[in-house]
Amino acid sequence: MTKKLFTCCLLALSAFFAPVTGFAAAGAQAPDELVRKVTNEVLTIVRSDKAIQAGDFHKTLALVDEKVLPHFDFRRMTSLAVGPGWRSANPEQQERLIAAFRILLVRTYSNALTKFRDQTIEFKPLRDNPADKRIRVSTEVRQPGAQPIPIDYALEQTGQDWKVFDVIVSGASLVTNYRGEFAGEVNAKGIEGLIASLEAKNKSLEAEQGGK
Amino acid sequence: MKNIFLVSAIFLLIAGCASAPPEDPLEPFNRNMFSFNEKLDSAVTKPVAKAYVAVTPAPVRTWVSNFFGNLQDPWIGFNNLLQGKFADAINDLMRFVFNSTLGIGGLLDIASEAGMPKHDEDFGQTLGVWGVKEGPFIVLPLFGPHTLRDAAALPLDAAASSPWTLPYGNPIVHDEKARYGLSGMKMIDGRARLLGLERTLDEGTLDKYRYMRDFYLQQRRFKVLDGNVPIEYDDFDNPDEGADNTPQNPGGEQ
Repeated sequence: MTKKLFTCCLLALSAFFAPVTGFAAAGAQAPDELVRKVTNEVLTIVRSDKAIQAGDFHKTLALVDEKVLPHFDFRRMTSLAVGPGWRSANPEQQERLIAAFRILLVRTYSNALTKFRDQTIEFKPLRDNPADKRIRVSTEVRQPGAQPIPIDYALEQTGQDWKVFDVIVSGASLVTNYRGEFAGEVNAKGIEGLIASLEAKNKSLEAEQGGK
Repeated sequence: MKNIFLVSAIFLLIAGCASAPPEDPLEPFNRNMFSFNEKLDSAVTKPVAKAYVAVTPAPVRTWVSNFFGNLQDPWIGFNNLLQGKFADAINDLMRFVFNSTLGIGGLLDIASEAGMPKHDEDFGQTLGVWGVKEGPFIVLPLFGPHTLRDAAALPLDAAASSPWTLPYGNPIVHDEKARYGLSGMKMIDGRARLLGLERTLDEGTLDKYRYMRDFYLQQRRFKVLDGNVPIEYDDFDNPDEGADNTPQNPGGEQ
């Protein structure tokens, strides 16, 4: 049963970036069309690129950086992950939080992307009103022998662009799930403590991955 | 079989007694158990799964996954029946019939290709639908994170989705060693599909246990309600704005 949870996590994380790549190229397209287009595009690259499959971190990072990152609202994500403590952070602290959280997510989940192999993705019809400012695009990851895993993308329209601010795996929000542990840090050591912990985590990961 | 029911009954009894517990009353125990499971995994399960992946071609691994997945479908269907979802239950039964025959004993999942999707149900979810409270969060040795309710359902779920372990499975798989072999193979298959995840959890979180727990609980609630769980997003950059109209969860029954 741990396995089931693990499957969920793995696929979720793998798909964290995959299905939202390439929004920019699509211009003013509807969010669901964008998710579909981009998912297919990124998965095609991941499946055909031997270096990425072999775990080439820098190459994966480059792919994520170019195709995916422009379409995530990291400020929104960070504030949701930090929770009420966000309001007590000054603008400079907020910027550092965003930077640290962004690095953490990107480094970690770029790795997960390389795990995407024989899964297929089904796109569900849009249930929200396309005129809304916030849309949830639903997909389902299918894999042999296992239950399908629903992965949804929450997008908000900011200005002209649609940006992803949450990824929801089997009903669990990857972003707001950080709130528990982040709040723990803030309560124990304050906002500065949380920033320090995130930066220390990034530094240790960087040291590990530096050689690759 | 008797033991299964006994264990279930005890867990259910405890679940029934536990009223309005704090968020994670068993946290110290759970954290110990979580780290025990991780050590066990890195010492035994993970290396075995890695070796399996190294020596087995991908198509064969898919057949193995399909084979075990197929044997779960009757139990999934039965749980849909218990939850009153008759169309889904029929779908699951048809899956089993098609895949067991045309799908060569379940090696191929032709039912999915024919438009009969696989569902995600278990007896823990059924109990939830029936109104049994989830009880405190508990990390079991070997079996990992559960709510007490799901821990109570686990012996049944595990046995019913591994039919060779049931009494009527004995005549089908005569050899005791073969039965253990099947159980072991099923475990390795499950673990093999998750290789790499432990690293992601390690790297992506500050407090792995806490993230895992919150994730587990949220997705279990989602599954019990078949996706009808809206997520509320606060806007911490705009104190005037309360929780706004988040789109309703569109997940629906998968």
